[in-house]
Amino acid sequence: MNPVELSYSKEHEWVRIEQDGSATIGITAFAAEALGDVVFVDLPDAGSSLTQFGKFGEIESVKAVSDLFSPIGGTITEVNDGVVDNPQLVNDGAFEAGWLLKVSLSDRAELDALLSAADYESFIAFEGN
Amino acid sequence: MTEETLKQTPLHRAHVAAGGRMVPFAGWDMPVQYSGILDEVRAVRTNAGLFDVSHMGRLFIEGPGAAAFLDRVLSTNVPKLRIGRARYGVICDESGGIIDDCIVYRLGETRYMLVPNASNTAAVTDWIGRWAPAASESTTVDATSELAMVAVQGPSAMELLQPLVAADLSELKMFNIVETSINGVAGTIARTGYTGEDGVEFFVPSGSVAAIWDALINSGAAPCGLGARDVLRLEAGLLLHGNDMDLAVNPYEARLDRFVKADRETYVAGPALRRIRDAGPTRKIVGLAVSGRRVVRQGHTIHSGGQQVGTVSSGSYSPTLDRNIALGYVPIALAAEGTPLTVDVRGNEVEVEVASLPFYSRPR
Repeated sequence: MNPVELSYSKEHEWVRIEQDGSATIGITAFAAEALGDVVFVDLPDAGSSLTQFGKFGEIESVKAVSDLFSPIGGTITEVNDGVVDNPQLVNDGAFEAGWLLKVSLSDRAELDALLSAADYESFIAFEGN
Repeated sequence: MTEETLKQTPLHRAHVAAGGRMVPFAGWDMPVQYSGILDEVRAVRTNAGLFDVSHMGRLFIEGPGAAAFLDRVLSTNVPKLRIGRARYGVICDESGGIIDDCIVYRLGETRYMLVPNASNTAAVTDWIGRWAPAASESTTVDATSELAMVAVQGPSAMELLQPLVAADLSELKMFNIVETSINGVAGTIARTGYTGEDGVEFFVPSGSVAAIWDALINSGAAPCGLGARDVLRLEAGLLLHGNDMDLAVNPYEARLDRFVKADRETYVAGPALRRIRDAGPTRKIVGLAVSGRRVVRQGHTIHSGGQQVGTVSSGSYSPTLDRNIALGYVPIALAAEGTPLTVDVRGNEVEVEVASLPFYSRPR
């Protein structure tokens, strides 16, 4: 269920490196499922900078609120306005239409600190127990 | 509390089999959601939802002195309650604080049932036990585990339930009860609920409930969890004990005046409640219509003119209204409808306005 071409953080965010070298980040389907129906996403503006594992926003479901932590550092080039207007996109497609930010990476080596899909699945299996 | 010590309702297996997400609640392992809270709320507002509320208490109070006994501890006038009727009330301590809210049902000449909240069943049992007369006058029996309790709520609730029931449900008025057969089993049905929709709550022996539950799901009722129940009751402006009222709150602050008959002579909370009523409450619970999409929740502080003036007691996104709503306590001077206030949500100042309750009323 977790696409193999993505990298994952233990905070349940994913990052995809696009063909042009930019990055797209979002939260995992596992995290979206755990949150339940998402009703609010608070994201920073384009142009803001992110630090790896730093808090960058909030996501709220009917029952809970969670901080969002960036899996990588960089500068935000685009915010998914679709998700801001319709937060359920995160539940409907966490890895697709529910993406959160596009980012110009500051240091590609930061990707080494993230998990593969297989490692992330082991991680959530362990965390779930 | 560990999973091993959590109590299970007679429908526990059905919840797990149907993919209910189980969470600990008041000592019970209960489904917080099935398909999703928003879906379940929609099902109740447009069709019918099914709630396992077997975690709530079921106390039977019986004997020649039962009415006089309950009249001492409940806020409502128990001797005036007719056979076949139910009434909402609160149970206050000697200082007027709210131990719990409950529904009392008169089942027979000298037979009553009291349904308190799951989290307060023990406290209610203890408290009323202090005022109980001799066993020759009245006995109290806890039948929580022998009887299951299920709510069927929504505009189609009566229609879905009727084929299973011997009695004609169209004759069952609000807050009336009927003893009848449900799916061939003797049970009790009350036209009550906690969602703001039409519907009933029924009681059947624990061993018989799963078949009825399955039959209702097969006829189109959506199984719903505690998450949807909380949103539905908040939309309907119904208070939740533990959030919107507790021992530190009196019923006048909670705007439950019409459920309190403070002038009865033998009412144990009467002296305190009369004092509070005559002095007038200094704060009161209000509805808050919230601006923006950030959800205002229990515990967030309410502000006016740079000062903290109160606290939010419940808050949620309302799918029916597609906006955020909340309840909270504010000083009387700030309780008028339309009063602008702010709420501090993790450092963000969110604008709110005192709104009339309920937020949602079903079309009639």
